[in-house]
Amino acid sequence: MPKSGSAENSINPPLWLLLELTYRCPLSCPYCANPVDLGDPADELSTEDWLKVLEQARAMGAVQLGLSGGEPLLRKDLEVIVAKARELGFYTNLITSGIGLTNKRLKALKDAGLDHIQVSFQSADPDTNDAIAGKRKAFETKQELARQVKAHGFPMVLNFVISKQNIENIDAIMQLSQSLEADYVELATAQYYGWALQNRDQLMPTLEQVRTAEAQVNAVRDSQNGVGPRFIFVTPDYYETRPKACMSGWGNIFLSVAPDGRAMPCHSAALLPLSFPNVRDSNLKSIWYESELFNKYRGFDWMPEPCRSCDEKEKDFGGCRCQALLLTGDAANADPVCDKSPHHHKIVSAAESAAACRNGETLARTVQNSQIIMQTRV
Amino acid sequence: MIQENQAYQVHKLFRLQYEPAQNAWVLLYPEGMIKLSESAGEILRLLDGERTVAQMIAELQARFPQADTLTEDVTEFLGEAHAKKWIC
Repeated sequence: MPKSGSAENSINPPLWLLLELTYRCPLSCPYCANPVDLGDPADELSTEDWLKVLEQARAMGAVQLGLSGGEPLLRKDLEVIVAKARELGFYTNLITSGIGLTNKRLKALKDAGLDHIQVSFQSADPDTNDAIAGKRKAFETKQELARQVKAHGFPMVLNFVISKQNIENIDAIMQLSQSLEADYVELATAQYYGWALQNRDQLMPTLEQVRTAEAQVNAVRDSQNGVGPRFIFVTPDYYETRPKACMSGWGNIFLSVAPDGRAMPCHSAALLPLSFPNVRDSNLKSIWYESELFNKYRGFDWMPEPCRSCDEKEKDFGGCRCQALLLTGDAANADPVCDKSPHHHKIVSAAESAAACRNGETLARTVQNSQIIMQTRV
Repeated sequence: MIQENQAYQVHKLFRLQYEPAQNAWVLLYPEGMIKLSESAGEILRLLDGERTVAQMIAELQARFPQADTLTEDVTEFLGEAHAKKWIC
């Protein structure tokens, strides 16, 4: 039990642990939420480091584990990490592009106790899919892999990041999901951070496109009679007037660890100009409860107006700190999605700019482009 | 409709687990968790695909003799759990 008077009394333990095992990836999707700075693969944590993180997080009460990246399958120790996580009692979610998930590896992951696999698709049309992914035959590989995932008895979530490039394809996407016997299907428009922000004009569908797609999803849901996949449709927050309750609040339930060991309250937070504690230097418990970083936007005391006196702050926590920084220049400001924010016009004009954009050429998420952007910034 | 002579089990999309940190039974599923009330946890942990609902109720009644007749509460909860696809 926590000692009385310690911070642990008023702070919830993390329930969700996301390990971004690597930023290496065989695909180059322009909607990727990874930071533009993809770092150096030589800085990735060792197997022992990751196992230590699992032990520490589980001891604190974390129970949902996401294994993502980049492409987590590029870590040869993925099976070792899964086995340890399962032994500790985590519910283990593998979030993958599917590229590299051979039958042999599927079996090894099943044996290690992996609970669930989420496979990303870029479209239901092979050519569009492979163009977005930047890899030939990616669609074919994914489709075959998805069948194998079900054959091995895994619950399967399919994830389609919805953009201008595929939104008018949404009926075919739902049909594909049904034929692959997905259990859940996420049809989520990109969140505009990292690479997706670089490509926002090219990616963000218009409000009209979003409404049409939403109606199509509702029509399919109505015809399902409880049979087939559960479709989850997520619209861009740029068309809202109240912000999302990002991560259910800073340092409230979610803890993410980047490939190089930086601990963050959200996997996009690397873009904030803050210094992040590293699991190589400190244990997770002190990082979660005591670090300056995790306490910085925790609770409500840090909020300026209009959040401070807002009666909805406990519902949305002032929205997303990254979005506040990217669009207003200060992470403590209200998320400009909120129409009480004096910066809300920036959200409106970004949506207008995207609607007017007819040039579909996107910047691919590649190591080369990462290096070019980072050099220009310095 | 829940049949008392039938045996149910937790649906394979879910994993039932006791969480000491939350002092509760939880249902875990892809990227989500449902925290169960004490009675819901006690009921679901008895579902093994072999015990019938009637047998289960008898066991619960023996463990909690001070409780009133449990049949209605248990079948009502199982009906909800079935509708939510937690059990099959």
